[in-house]
Amino acid sequence: MSLFSQQNKEVFTGPLNLNNPVVAQVLGICSALAVTSQLEPAIVMGLAVTVITAFANVIISLLRNTIPSRIRIIVQLVVVATLVTIVSQVLKAFAYDVSVQLSVYVGLIITNCILMGRLEAFAMMNGPWESFLDGVGSGLGYAWILVVVGFVRELLGSASLFGYEIPMLTDCDFFHNGMMTMPAMSLIILGCVIWAHRAINDKEK
Amino acid sequence: MKLNTNSNVYTIVYASVMVIIVAFCLAFISDVLRPTQEANVANDKRGQILAALNIREVEDVQAKFNEVVLQDIVVDVNGNVLQEKGGFNVDSKDITAKDDAAKKLPVYVSKVGNDTIYVLPLYGRGLWGGLWGYLALKPDFKTVYGAYMSHEGETAGLGARIVETQFQEKFQNKVAYADSTYSEVVLGVSKKVEHPESQVDAITGATLTSNGVDAMFKTSLAPYKQYFLNNHK
Repeated sequence: MSLFSQQNKEVFTGPLNLNNPVVAQVLGICSALAVTSQLEPAIVMGLAVTVITAFANVIISLLRNTIPSRIRIIVQLVVVATLVTIVSQVLKAFAYDVSVQLSVYVGLIITNCILMGRLEAFAMMNGPWESFLDGVGSGLGYAWILVVVGFVRELLGSASLFGYEIPMLTDCDFFHNGMMTMPAMSLIILGCVIWAHRAINDKEK
Repeated sequence: MKLNTNSNVYTIVYASVMVIIVAFCLAFISDVLRPTQEANVANDKRGQILAALNIREVEDVQAKFNEVVLQDIVVDVNGNVLQEKGGFNVDSKDITAKDDAAKKLPVYVSKVGNDTIYVLPLYGRGLWGGLWGYLALKPDFKTVYGAYMSHEGETAGLGARIVETQFQEKFQNKVAYADSTYSEVVLGVSKKVEHPESQVDAITGATLTSNGVDAMFKTSLAPYKQYFLNNHK
């Protein structure tokens, strides 16, 4: 089977749209609500999850025939926890400001259902390359939803993007909506994204 | 021969080997990255002290800090200077020690323009977690030069607003003590500002965080009383 066969393409693009982990499977909501008040942490969080899902998928896929079935969840957890700890340490060393902003949510990637879901449902049954594509796809599927929510919240909540104020909007009170910086609003925005996603995809069917 | 991956021995050996590999891997990474991480934390602290001196958004924090902060002395509650330098490395537990005699209190002696400014650390409790900050006092030890504060996890949009520069700038030129006996800390945050020379308006909707900031000033400044009495001009 070639590396970029039709089937592998579907493995990669599925989670980006039709089978999106956040809006279709409604997984990983907790962190999607918590870190999206600004764009920068949302992007870093999305990338961190992408890297961790991809590598955890590859590692579990390589080990899948050796893992004793009785402790397979524990093995998966250990792999995820190791990768999360490494990412958190690297962030603390090379992106200190962002790691302060993300605070506990980097550590909480361990409990992100997307990860365990992909490991158990995909990596345990497929080869390393397919698992890698699936991991990157799922991670990016999660990341782009975070970016959309982060974009709306930062724009409407603090009239800025990436921490830079947008001059023509700063005088307009509408763009300093304190509600937008609260986690509750991200739930509502996420709901709107799910609504739009379903409406568009239903039409295609 | 095919391994029986379901046998007890295999499971135990598998788990042990896995844990050992992971432990080595994590220990190695933690060791390699620790110096960079510690440098980041120290630089962040320097940035906070500079913010209390109203020097914000500097490019090279370390260079600016070395230029502005001349000494980081450590004093005790009796006003004696314990160490001429090393205040920067005093652990927060030693600053907030319950036993007054055990307290190690850092004072950052700084020079901004022609003025000598004294920066003190602040520690307190907000609604959800710890608060901390730095307060810069003019040479009379009574007038506030600038303030910086931050928090562990106050409510976003309400208590978390204490990190905003606009809020912190309100403390400039407030009076920290009632008189030159330094017995009563008057600097504070209040919902009803009765003494505008020493009180800052509380943040709406963040009563408990504001009370926390108020208490933080009172408890953190009190131990410096004797040092101020000994040194004020």
